[in-house]
Amino acid sequence: MSDTEVEADPAGSETGNESRALEGASGPDEREEVSLRVEKLRKTFGGIVAVDGASFAVESGTITGLIGPNGAGKSTTFNCVTGVYEPTEGTVYFEGEDITGLAPHAVANGGLVRTFQIARELGEMTVLENLMLAPKNQRGEALWRSLLPFVRDEVVEQERDIRERCWDILDFFEIDHLADEYAKNLSGGQRKLLELARALLTDPEMLLLDEPFAGVNPSLEERLLTHIHDLQAEGYTFLIVEHDMDLIMEHCEHIVVMHQGKVLTEGPPADIRSNEAVIEAYLGGDV
Amino acid sequence: MGVSESYERGRNLFQSNPVGFVLGLAVLILMLDLVRQLVTGELDVARFGLVLKAGIMRGMVIGLAGIGLSLTYSILNFANFAHGDYLTSGAFAGMAVSYLVAGKFGSEANIGALLLVGTGGSVFGGALGVGVVTAPAAVLAGVVVAGVATIGLTLLVDRYVFRPIRDRSGIALLITSIGVAFVLRYLILFVFGGSKRGVTAEQPSLSVGVPGGAIEIGTHDVALFVVAAALMAGIHLLLQNTKLGKAMRAMADNEDLARVTGIPTERVVKYTWILGGGLTGVAGYMFVLWKGTLGFFDGWLLLLLVFAAVILGGIGSIYGAITGGLVIGITFSMAPIWIPSAFGRAAAFVVMIVILIAKPEGIFGGTSTA
Amino acid sequence: MSAATDWRDRARRLWDRDPVKVLALLAVIYAVYIALGLAIGFEIRGQINSIATLTFYIGVFGILALALNLHWGYTGLFNIGIVGFMAIGIYTMAVVSKPVAETASQIGGLGAPLWVGMIAGMVAAAVLGLLVALPALRLRADYLAIVTIAFSEIVRFTLLSRTFQEFQVGDRTIGLGGGSGLILPFNPLQSFLDVTRLNVLQDALVALATPVIGGNADAVVNSMLYGVLLLVVVAIYYVVLTRIGRSPFGRVLKAIREDEDATKALGKDTNVVKTKAFMVGCALMGLGGVLWYMQSGAITPNTFRPRLTFFIWIALIIGGAGSNTGSVMGGAVFAAALFQGPRYLQNLVESAIEVDAPSNFSGAVAPIVDSLTLNPFLFYVIDNVRQLQLVFMGLVLIWLMHNRPEGMLGHRKEEAASVSLTRPPAGQGTAADGGRPDTGGDANE
Repeated sequence: MSDTEVEADPAGSETGNESRALEGASGPDEREEVSLRVEKLRKTFGGIVAVDGASFAVESGTITGLIGPNGAGKSTTFNCVTGVYEPTEGTVYFEGEDITGLAPHAVANGGLVRTFQIARELGEMTVLENLMLAPKNQRGEALWRSLLPFVRDEVVEQERDIRERCWDILDFFEIDHLADEYAKNLSGGQRKLLELARALLTDPEMLLLDEPFAGVNPSLEERLLTHIHDLQAEGYTFLIVEHDMDLIMEHCEHIVVMHQGKVLTEGPPADIRSNEAVIEAYLGGDV
Repeated sequence: MGVSESYERGRNLFQSNPVGFVLGLAVLILMLDLVRQLVTGELDVARFGLVLKAGIMRGMVIGLAGIGLSLTYSILNFANFAHGDYLTSGAFAGMAVSYLVAGKFGSEANIGALLLVGTGGSVFGGALGVGVVTAPAAVLAGVVVAGVATIGLTLLVDRYVFRPIRDRSGIALLITSIGVAFVLRYLILFVFGGSKRGVTAEQPSLSVGVPGGAIEIGTHDVALFVVAAALMAGIHLLLQNTKLGKAMRAMADNEDLARVTGIPTERVVKYTWILGGGLTGVAGYMFVLWKGTLGFFDGWLLLLLVFAAVILGGIGSIYGAITGGLVIGITFSMAPIWIPSAFGRAAAFVVMIVILIAKPEGIFGGTSTA
Repeated sequence: MSAATDWRDRARRLWDRDPVKVLALLAVIYAVYIALGLAIGFEIRGQINSIATLTFYIGVFGILALALNLHWGYTGLFNIGIVGFMAIGIYTMAVVSKPVAETASQIGGLGAPLWVGMIAGMVAAAVLGLLVALPALRLRADYLAIVTIAFSEIVRFTLLSRTFQEFQVGDRTIGLGGGSGLILPFNPLQSFLDVTRLNVLQDALVALATPVIGGNADAVVNSMLYGVLLLVVVAIYYVVLTRIGRSPFGRVLKAIREDEDATKALGKDTNVVKTKAFMVGCALMGLGGVLWYMQSGAITPNTFRPRLTFFIWIALIIGGAGSNTGSVMGGAVFAAALFQGPRYLQNLVESAIEVDAPSNFSGAVAPIVDSLTLNPFLFYVIDNVRQLQLVFMGLVLIWLMHNRPEGMLGHRKEEAASVSLTRPPAGQGTAADGGRPDTGGDANE
């Protein structure tokens, strides 16, 4: 994906572009070649080695897949990258900066936002509330601003802007009819959509999706994939953990294969498909 | 060579477990200071012996009660705030029977007064001769009834209060248990009255001469120690050697898994209450027999110390509960050597808070029962 | 037909407004109290006094339930150390605002004005809240519960200890008074009325009341006025907390309650937000403690036992955690039905008949066994209402957790946003947005 394409793409990009403009974030043209680089990542729990010196990189603007049999260390890698766990050893770079060991919220604020394997919707909040939560730099998140009479007008004004963005994204994902529904009442697939929408509203540079298609029916899966490709066209970078090999092969341009805590191999789908070691790993382990 | 080696060892220890290291260091410093005080005579051996003994005794009670709390905490996944009032219930039930037996079933005093444990000063335990030596049958009956009555109470409460909401969150159950605590405590107050009363008669004791005085070891010290140690040993054997013990350990680890593998969980829950309730009732009774006074607030005052012990030892571990009980009991009793005596209980709470923050899984680690 | 449905519709819409619900509840409570008093033939002075006491408790329980709702209802912080923060509030206020001791044997204060003491009390409670929050807020809910209740007991032991009973600051003797407590020579109501010039109103009321209730009417009028003042504070708490709840800050609180990890993953620094919310709630609890006890003449440490904390919890659970309206209503119901109600009934019965209660339980039960005489037992019950009401509270709490864990108002949808979240009308942009005029006090329009 080249940068020119991003700027030239008008269709369906209102949300992304507008939000960037709103926050005054750095434009895509300033971006690094490589979005995410993980170097010699190692994570142990007590005596158990979950990730054992994994290194890989995700190029900007790509959809990269992270696959591997159960227990390969994919989720732990995810958690180390997003700050949930502190790596035992190794370094994580995002957009050229060392983000190793940053707190999860700091990682997210830096533009690297994740979704969860089991969707973590905020059940007792409506879909719209879920979305309204996401945007960064909300003035009203400072306690005093939400209380003082005159300053509060600014908050109300920003709330209106955010509300509009939320409605836009609801339309974009075609879930506007669910706006007033409690998130806990959504179907599994709708929750995944909500999570993706929520993650987008934080104006990320890159999205880490943890099994975004698990428990999603085929037609919704199709929609999700369309959205992901549309967003890629807007310049977003994706790293997707997924079990479904065929899906990854079809939709990712680059694939990282993990096995027993290490990166077994990486490359374009065609190479992976014919790689002996990968086949061995999948047949040898329990898929 | 020795210095650098031990320095190296100390550094490694510090790196692997900084909090444990600091705590250990603090304990070490206090121990050294204790030795200093004893040597210089700032603290005479008699007083030290006395507080240590009191600490161990209190620790045995807390540990015994803690086993019950720890079992229900790990198997039913909630902090039972009614546990303290189970202690009180056991103490009152047991003492009522002790009074009844010592008072020869009404021939020595009004039967109502006996059953109400001498409410309002109507009859006194001292006059009835309640105690291990002076009325062994009364004490024996009291211990048994304290255990049995508390088992009955816990099962009743579980059947009508906790079981209907078993599937709810630990917090919902915790809040509900506060309701149970209120009901029990103030029903006891309503029925037995609010006065704190002496319940035992003077018992023979053994005096051990030490520098600066003598350490008295009373009959009830021995009785408490023997009963508590025997029950602890009994529960150890039970959990190690029976199928029930295995099932309970499995449930403490993972209830869903236990259910899938076919352990009859409701039955395990029932036995958990039976074990926990029995131990708790006996602990309450022995505590009251040991300290010689009885009041409706006794168990509640003990509850936070019991929680402290259970958390210290690691929820679900009975050895942890026993060790935690001793640590908390001794902390409570010995703290006044260094700080004003009003803060003994506070010191025990601080130990608990530090453990919660630094090592929430407790000093005994994991959740495995026994 | 249409007129009838129209009327019903309008009534329903009226009922949908939260202030209407609260006022209606208060009206019912007062009506029941007055009706009972009249039925028994309670004298008017006692009647007004009991209403004033009731108002006082509705006020304090409303205030504290609202503060707790910020912790538990909004943020999911399981604080059962409320009473510790209340104690810190009133004790700090006492030390700061008590007059300087004239002789060395008296325990005095720093002699600051009342309002300085009140602010100091809030600040002290907030700072202690920070002290608890820094290590404890990342703990599991049940551990946080145990830490907070242990903390509140440590506060009580500190107040009880002789160590801080009295000490010297410069040449002044101040202190916490130990087990015998502190004398509070404050008259907050009078100070307030004098400053706001509302003493005119006070004088008028006394003049009005004197012919009805006889001499010395100002005591009755003053206690009534203090109760009303507390209700005003409830209203202020309500507005402030509702604003917080509907702000983006409140939205983060709600999100933390639902799933803290997911909230972190969206870039929210949950630790900071939780700490802020905890401190604000603690300050409000501290002020609650001040308002409860500052006019009581004296305080002792053992007032601040954990059961007071649980009273406030019961009040919140009655009303429904998560809703400010529910908190106020829960506070009112708790005060009227569980806290003050049984005592009021006891008063009524004792004023109507001679209660010759047996001194203990066996004296109450024996007549039933002997001769099926129930009266001694009933008298014993009446005489021991204060114990039995706690049993009753426990039963109510259990019943609520079984049958109505979401509180008396049921499940409520209270959106956390400073604007209405309905889709803004197309074309008109953002200008035509009306906020939420129907609930008032939110969007500044």
